[in-house]
Amino acid sequence: MTGDHSHLPSATELRAKALESLLVDKGLVRPETLDAIIETYQNQVGPRNGARLVALAWADAEFRARLLGDAAKAAAEMGYLGRQGEHLKAVENTREVHNLVVCTLCSCYPWTVLGLPPVWYKSAPYRSRAVSEPRSVLAEFGTELPLETRIRVWDSTSEMRYLVVPMRPPGTEGWSVERLSRLVTRNSMIGVEPALAPGSEVL
Amino acid sequence: MRGGHDLGGRQGFGPIDPEPESAEPVFHSDWERRVFAITLATGMLGRWNIDQSRHARERQHPVDYLRQSYYENWLAGTEKLLLESGLISTAEIEHALAAAGSRRGDCGLPSTAADSPGQAAETESGQPNRPGIPGPEDARRILRGGGPATREIGASPRFAIGDTVLARRQLTAGHTRAPGYAQGCRGRVHACHGAHVFPDANSKGDPLAHYLYSVAFDSRALWGKEAEPFEVLIDLWEPYLAGANELATNAI
Repeated sequence: MTGDHSHLPSATELRAKALESLLVDKGLVRPETLDAIIETYQNQVGPRNGARLVALAWADAEFRARLLGDAAKAAAEMGYLGRQGEHLKAVENTREVHNLVVCTLCSCYPWTVLGLPPVWYKSAPYRSRAVSEPRSVLAEFGTELPLETRIRVWDSTSEMRYLVVPMRPPGTEGWSVERLSRLVTRNSMIGVEPALAPGSEVL
Repeated sequence: MRGGHDLGGRQGFGPIDPEPESAEPVFHSDWERRVFAITLATGMLGRWNIDQSRHARERQHPVDYLRQSYYENWLAGTEKLLLESGLISTAEIEHALAAAGSRRGDCGLPSTAADSPGQAAETESGQPNRPGIPGPEDARRILRGGGPATREIGASPRFAIGDTVLARRQLTAGHTRAPGYAQGCRGRVHACHGAHVFPDANSKGDPLAHYLYSVAFDSRALWGKEAEPFEVLIDLWEPYLAGANELATNAI
């Protein structure tokens, strides 16, 4: 699994194109259906969904309890439901435990709350090393954890999907959910990075 | 099967080299988004399930699986499923490839996304849509509806939380979700997720279900005493696990 997506052989492009034309000509797929599927995952379903869940969990203790109890149900409350999010578990990072998510066998990922996975998540280096040397993996993302923090790696081998709830950054007391959500990156919800510090929000 | 996809603990792939999150697009080229959509749309025809789809991507020479990019593996898997289900033939693919190649040659440029609407319009006007082929609203409904993997089964879970279990060694020829690196290792049952559809059977079209457990493995049980200290939690179905009473026998 190469991570290089920028210089693909035109043979692949051609093959994809030929298959699409064939399927459309045979009436097996409708072009407007393909467009609807792309539109859903390119523009509608993405990591801002998860960021809102995390921010709400930070701000509202009752919601946090619901999210940690049954994340699929809590996500559905916000309208985030569907394919690759049917069985969702939220795992919370604390000073004692740091959670990290991987799928060593393919690319299982909680689509309903994070959208489609980034290239590195699907790549051989991450899939091979996250379960054998997670501290080195985290260091490559610039994340250094205290030695006493225990690391828990979740290998998504089933239809269970895992969402990391990162620690709430200090200095955010009294912030609105909307403002908090801008500190929650996709990578922090996979567990490779902490949430952003105040002042470096996602716009 | 322990194909090129079973990557946990393999070595030599180098650093991760992530793209900055804020700069990474959802798709890196138009063909990737078309392959993604074709895979989902043809999946909605109901001719194969998710485990058959995963298995189709895995059933490649490991060198091919590892050399190809992620969506190239999706394309290979989808083409295979379409061929094996008889929805398309090799001759039709060859013909479509030749046609796509000549179209590309005619304009002297690689074909682009801009070609699609034109072709689509011709096809739409030339051929009525077949019944049972999902339209955009059907697709949105299916994606939003999802498909739970949990099932009610008569039996009770064999293992309790806290039990010591051993991941059985197995060399199955078919699809399995028991990662190679955990096989033969001892872990502890952390949680039971209820009964879930069993991929090994589902990939053969049999919707059997078994209890699914989250099993915690100490890094030293997986990688030896020199390993960094941490824990890996793996979702494993009951048939993948042996109980403490089997540990002393060769039946694991």
